[in-house]
Amino acid sequence: MQWEVVIGLEIHTQLATQSKIFSGSATTFGSEPNTQASLVDLGMPGVLPVLNQEAVRMACMFGLAIDAEIGPRNVFARKNYFYPDLPKGYQISQMDLPIVGKGHLDIALEDGTIKRIGVTRAHLEEDAGKSLHEDFNGATGIDLNRAGTPLLEIVSEPDMRSAKEAVAYVKAIHALVRYLGICDGNMAEGSLRCDCNVSIRPKGQTEFGTRCEIKNVNSFRFIERAINSEIQRQIDLIEDGGKVVQETRLYDPNKDETRSMRSKEEANDYRYFPDPDLLPVVIEPSFLDSVRAALPELPPQKVERFQSQYGLSAYDANVLASSREQADYFEQVVKIGGDAKLAANWVMVELGSLLNKLGVEIDQSPVSAEHLGGMLLRIRDNTISGKIAKTVFEAMAAGEGDADGIISSRGLKQVTDTGAIDKMLDEMLAANAEQVEQYRAADEAKRGKMFGFFVGQAMKASKGKANPGQVNQLLKAKLEG
Amino acid sequence: MHQLTLAEIARGLADKSFSSEELTGALLSRIKQLDPQLNSFITITETQALEQARAADARRAAGETGALLGAPIAHKDLFCTNGVRTSCGSKMLDNFTAPYDATVVAKLAEAGMVTLGKTNMDEFAMGSANESSHYGAVKNPWNLEHVPGGSSGGSAAAVAARLLPATTGTDTGGSIRQPAALTNLTGLKPTYGRVSRWGMIAYASSLDQGGPLARTAEDCALLLQGMAGFDAKDSTSVDEPVPDFSANLNASLQGLRIGLPKEYFGAGLDPRIADLVQASVKELEKLGAVVKEISLPNMQHAIPAYYVIAPAEASSNLSRFDGVRFGYRCEDPKDLTDLYKRSRGEGFGAEVQRRIMVGTYALSAGYYDAYYVKAQQIRRLIKNDFMAAFEEVDVIIGPTTPNPAWKIGAKAGDPVAEYLEDLYTITANLAGLPGLSMPAGFVDGLPVGVQLLAPYFQEGRLLNIAHRYQQVTDWHTRAPNGF
Repeated sequence: MQWEVVIGLEIHTQLATQSKIFSGSATTFGSEPNTQASLVDLGMPGVLPVLNQEAVRMACMFGLAIDAEIGPRNVFARKNYFYPDLPKGYQISQMDLPIVGKGHLDIALEDGTIKRIGVTRAHLEEDAGKSLHEDFNGATGIDLNRAGTPLLEIVSEPDMRSAKEAVAYVKAIHALVRYLGICDGNMAEGSLRCDCNVSIRPKGQTEFGTRCEIKNVNSFRFIERAINSEIQRQIDLIEDGGKVVQETRLYDPNKDETRSMRSKEEANDYRYFPDPDLLPVVIEPSFLDSVRAALPELPPQKVERFQSQYGLSAYDANVLASSREQADYFEQVVKIGGDAKLAANWVMVELGSLLNKLGVEIDQSPVSAEHLGGMLLRIRDNTISGKIAKTVFEAMAAGEGDADGIISSRGLKQVTDTGAIDKMLDEMLAANAEQVEQYRAADEAKRGKMFGFFVGQAMKASKGKANPGQVNQLLKAKLEG
Repeated sequence: MHQLTLAEIARGLADKSFSSEELTGALLSRIKQLDPQLNSFITITETQALEQARAADARRAAGETGALLGAPIAHKDLFCTNGVRTSCGSKMLDNFTAPYDATVVAKLAEAGMVTLGKTNMDEFAMGSANESSHYGAVKNPWNLEHVPGGSSGGSAAAVAARLLPATTGTDTGGSIRQPAALTNLTGLKPTYGRVSRWGMIAYASSLDQGGPLARTAEDCALLLQGMAGFDAKDSTSVDEPVPDFSANLNASLQGLRIGLPKEYFGAGLDPRIADLVQASVKELEKLGAVVKEISLPNMQHAIPAYYVIAPAEASSNLSRFDGVRFGYRCEDPKDLTDLYKRSRGEGFGAEVQRRIMVGTYALSAGYYDAYYVKAQQIRRLIKNDFMAAFEEVDVIIGPTTPNPAWKIGAKAGDPVAEYLEDLYTITANLAGLPGLSMPAGFVDGLPVGVQLLAPYFQEGRLLNIAHRYQQVTDWHTRAPNGF
């Protein structure tokens, strides 16, 4: 049977506000336990929440960026359940009237096509604290520093059809919130967490299969692996005559498998109702206008501009604009190096594989945009060939300084002296007299192939430094006699 | 000295007839002597009170003035008081020392008031008889076998017995006005949002409102002046200017339009109370008021709606009492579920548990629309009824309670009978309107209250009417035997 995979995601992003969503406590990560927990965060008797306007502003920024309707009147509701790290016994969230309504986001797939993913809604809520199960002699410790940190929960439509698409979508959200400056995107610290809803159905069937939710997956790699292992589990289950049961599952990266956490029957009835301690939030059009006016250039506009201004392909523009840091890096290279297509190539191919190999982000690149741009200048003025440039690039990555320094210290400057090239070619042809004879006897088609051999020999003889254009021209003249 | 009203104390302190320390000492010894009969205090803060009194005297000596400077107060034991046990009348919080002051407490302390202690109350403010307190029932000074009303029963009994001139209370469904009526006091529930709820341990957040209990309207005006005002720490507090509540106490009632809802005089109302209401209306007419019959057609839905909304909010508000961070924790919990179940099962009393269960049920999936949403719709209808009525009249008058104080234990085991006592008071909470109860006579030697309701933020109008009424009547001056 051919199976189709259906995936929808809920992404929790911690908003980068200075203080918590309903109290004045700071939100810095990694402080001593409970040093950032005020009376409100502790859920003390008699305390009341006061909404942080900055969180509202950030949610509106996100809504505008995904072309969504911003609820003119949105309402906070209480989600009631007991847990030790949930101090009030309820989480303040939004249910019926979220701040961000339906929107969408475009993602670039690996084959170069663009796919539009629907966003059902995004709502504001407070984060819970953390339970610490180690080092308390069998007891559990509770750290409420995180309690009350503002979260924007972004709920997608079930529009994704593979784990790769899901990852591309999470990356796009990740890039967007960082573009907007509303979330630091640090997944290792839990700033961006993902719940994956996965189901399968026979290809061609319109109704959805029964879904399972994989809770709290915290890296791009694990999202892909967790979804793929869950897909395989569901396929195996159904093909063995079983049935998928709706439940919440956890992904275990060590065993690369998901396991059941709780079934639908065990799920809480959260008894949502409007929080009587908070008034409905009314978003005035003037407020929204001011938020809109302050929006930075976003990926879609940037992609468009990269195509029109630099003549890049849609795919290249999408890749380069996929993060604000990468886009800025690219533009800096262009500014110095002058040739946008050449810059795009170098940033995407050579720099991309270098960063991949090192496992670092572009903002930690060992080759600065200034150095790469400087090297492109030398390619463009024929000081070095594209091939030599790779050597220069490696040297820059190894920390040997800028391109000009490397070219001169290593003697990599291209030879453009016609006399010198002429002499080198004569020596090379003399050493390969047999091949020269064969060449001259051959027909036009064969000659084409053989010409490459002589070019190779010439470049080898010059250690790659001879100007390839001149080599071609002179060689042709000499062989044709 | 214990006979003095807040206004008289203000004059006595101002003209140096006595010091705050003298007054505080006298009242503390009276409390220690008489309160064992009443059980109106949970905590007496003697040392702190004397310190505060001396500080107030020093402030006055330094030239400071103010009606509340050096005057005594006691707070219902759900207002958080920094460093002092704040129990909410519950075993759950018997060990809870508040780490901060409620805004009301802080404001009155800043005005120089001296806190004598924390008063008894129905557990978590749930009750109309003050019988559900972990610290035992409070007795009505007018007849020690009778209840003082609730949930601010301790606050009412203490003032009625002249242990001190005024106290704070809270009113969620009548918890200031009903005990005021049952103990011959003047009690005011302000407009929702007039007094900050920061530090006031919540029962039902959308209904709770703090306010004053005292013997006279004049005293209520003084105390409300110190309590009211916008507070950025309470999102439901309203940024509305606070007028001088004492300025218009003597304004003329000539032409005042009084509405008498026909629905108030149906079955369930003690006819002797109905007569006293009519008599008070006559007095107001003599003062120039014009009486008009009006209708509040949705009034009969108020109690059912209240007993969905209030428990629903309470079920969520009281979730934080889980034995994890503060308050009561059961012995040797064997796991997390056991910790929750036994801490809450042992820490909460029967009425609190009943309302948590009712509220949890009303919010459950599948019942939410039928109960909670429907109750909110009724709430809107009730508000609309009032809006329509206030197009025609300036104030609405009626009984505060359908019956005088009942005997302790008489309604035990019949919660609905007790709920029905809130018939006249609950609508003001559902609509968020200000309401006042004032003494209007006696039935079988027990006090009867008349309730006045006004449009939003018209507390001044209520106080004006009550004050003028108290100038021509003497019900409010009568004291219970032995006190």
